Amino acid sequence: MKLHEYQSKQIFSKFGVTIPKGRVAATASEAKQIAEELGSRVVIKSQVLVGGRGKAGGIRLAKSPKEAEDLATQILAMEIKNLPVRKVLVDEAANIDKEIYIAITNDRAESKPVMMASSEGGIDIEEIAHRSPEKIIKVHIDPLLGLRNYQARDIAASIDLPREYWRAFGGIAHGLWEAYIQCDATLAEINPLVITSDKRLIALDGKMVLDDNALFRHPDLAEMRDLDVEDPSEIEARKYGLSYIKLDGEIGCMVNGAGLAMATMDIIKLYGGQPANFLDVGGGASAEKVAAALRIILTDPNVKAVLFNIFGGITRGDEVARGILSALAEVKPRIPMVARIVGTNAEEGRRLLNDAHMITASTLVDAAQKAVNAAKGGSDEHPGQ
Amino acid sequence: MSILVNKNTRLIVQGVTGHEGLFHTQQMLTYGTNIVAGVTPGKGGEWVLNGKVPVFDSVKIAVEATGANTSIIFVPARAAPDALFEAADAGIGLIVCITEGIPILDMMQAKNYINQKGARLIGPNCPGLLSPGEAKVGIIQGDIAIPGNVGVVSRSGTLTYEVLYAMKLAGIGSSTCVGIGGDPIKGTEFIEVLELFEADPHTDQVVLIGEIGGSDEEKAAEYIANEMTKPVVAFIAGQTAPPGKRMGHAGAIIEGSEGLAADKIKALQRAGVRVAKHPEEIPHLLIG
Repeated sequence: MKLHEYQSKQIFSKFGVTIPKGRVAATASEAKQIAEELGSRVVIKSQVLVGGRGKAGGIRLAKSPKEAEDLATQILAMEIKNLPVRKVLVDEAANIDKEIYIAITNDRAESKPVMMASSEGGIDIEEIAHRSPEKIIKVHIDPLLGLRNYQARDIAASIDLPREYWRAFGGIAHGLWEAYIQCDATLAEINPLVITSDKRLIALDGKMVLDDNALFRHPDLAEMRDLDVEDPSEIEARKYGLSYIKLDGEIGCMVNGAGLAMATMDIIKLYGGQPANFLDVGGGASAEKVAAALRIILTDPNVKAVLFNIFGGITRGDEVARGILSALAEVKPRIPMVARIVGTNAEEGRRLLNDAHMITASTLVDAAQKAVNAAKGGSDEHPGQ
Repeated sequence: MSILVNKNTRLIVQGVTGHEGLFHTQQMLTYGTNIVAGVTPGKGGEWVLNGKVPVFDSVKIAVEATGANTSIIFVPARAAPDALFEAADAGIGLIVCITEGIPILDMMQAKNYINQKGARLIGPNCPGLLSPGEAKVGIIQGDIAIPGNVGVVSRSGTLTYEVLYAMKLAGIGSSTCVGIGGDPIKGTEFIEVLELFEADPHTDQVVLIGEIGGSDEEKAAEYIANEMTKPVVAFIAGQTAPPGKRMGHAGAIIEGSEGLAADKIKALQRAGVRVAKHPEEIPHLLIG
């Protein structure tokens, strides 16, 4: 789960990282008022969960409260990469001498957190990594020991930070580490961390991504979720414990297991179709879950056929089939349905579905071909009710 | 023959009295796995499954009483990290964690601790291990695989069952199937399992089932190119997955330019691996 800049910076601030004076505003008049209170030049920053806000014109400098109001009006009317701007952050503008990059993320390969820093702040880290990877300093942190002081000093020295800033940098590194650990973040990033002309270190921009699996420990943070970045059907799916991601194709997929769900999408493509979604219905495939999943798949008007691919395993195939049938009775779809069930009692399951005029398949290839064919209207075999 | 689990495995089940734990303990017993004990704090002294499995309060006591060398964890995500530390401290050599949804920070701590103790962790968020005809330490349905000489290693669950089943239909059996799990931080990576298969005299070829996210497959490809003598067949799921979205598994996400299926396939092909277009093609690519 991604946090907005203003949320991330407020969290960093709690852990002792200096951030610019400022507040978030939902209207232009609020933005004006904040600018008046700050009594200085301000930066109006759109709060949307995508990169490239600056390039899109979503970050502007205002020299007066009136200008702050005008710019906030413009920015609050914007959409950046299809996301509406609902809030702007009004921050005191800083006099910048130098921009630094500092972040902590989890290194999958090393199974450890890694602190990354660069003397080239202010730009996308992937860009630096691509252009001059030697300019990114990486220090792994033992998750059982935490960040040690010498590590922060080493990083400061490695990015050629003048010695007079080492102590302040150490404080920021530790603050960032605490924010990362105590919020169960998978990314805590300050970019840029600036040295101001009056020799202070300030976190001008901040970004946090939190571990969804750890949100049970942080009900306060969980409430910060911005639903704008998610498709409404994905939000609905989460309520039922379904893992659903909407795609652009015409064949709806309902599969148990994430890996098999991806493989099913891939084989649809391989046989000339396009998957309309990723959907992991989980173990068991109960009637209730299947019905919820089917309703969600069918809200997408592009869907021309649905493919069920259930590897029963320990769950019995006939139980899965009954689950599908009771879901169909409830949802009453008007497009062709193709089902493949494998596992214990799979034949009994197939017989039940055949009797109910569903198209059935025994192999994955067969199922994919039948689904692609059905979506193209090529099958007059049991076109549903 | 097999790697990691076999007839000599002496297994304890952590979380044995829970719904999942009890069900799969029954399944593993039926398969013939040597389950010596279960652990549920506060239920020590009880027996489950008609007196077949004694329950202990802690892993330490269970190990002392039974000489267990392997543990499987069915404990819910919130308590699973503690179960991992407990198993490592009790001197368990092989810990298999089925639990899904463990926070990443907990996993980084647990993995580093387990490594320091010299133990091996499989998982979490995995279906566990199956050495057909010998032992099942996990949730893979026993009757979808037959004994044979193909080692299988996978990041997925049902996709692995799909492959084992397709192999069985073609008359191809496996030495051991290792589900290493779908999380970004996992105890054992592809390379470590490939090393075990390479050294196992009863494994002649290997099937590797990967998916989008991370760079484990690329590293495996490097190992295969440089170190491996046995032929490898692979399948990578997620060619149609969009970037930036987590595809069910916590670890299945294309981040920036990392984790793309196409890159993984290219790396594996360059290492001489035959990559299947779909799971059912795998038996045809194996050497009969």
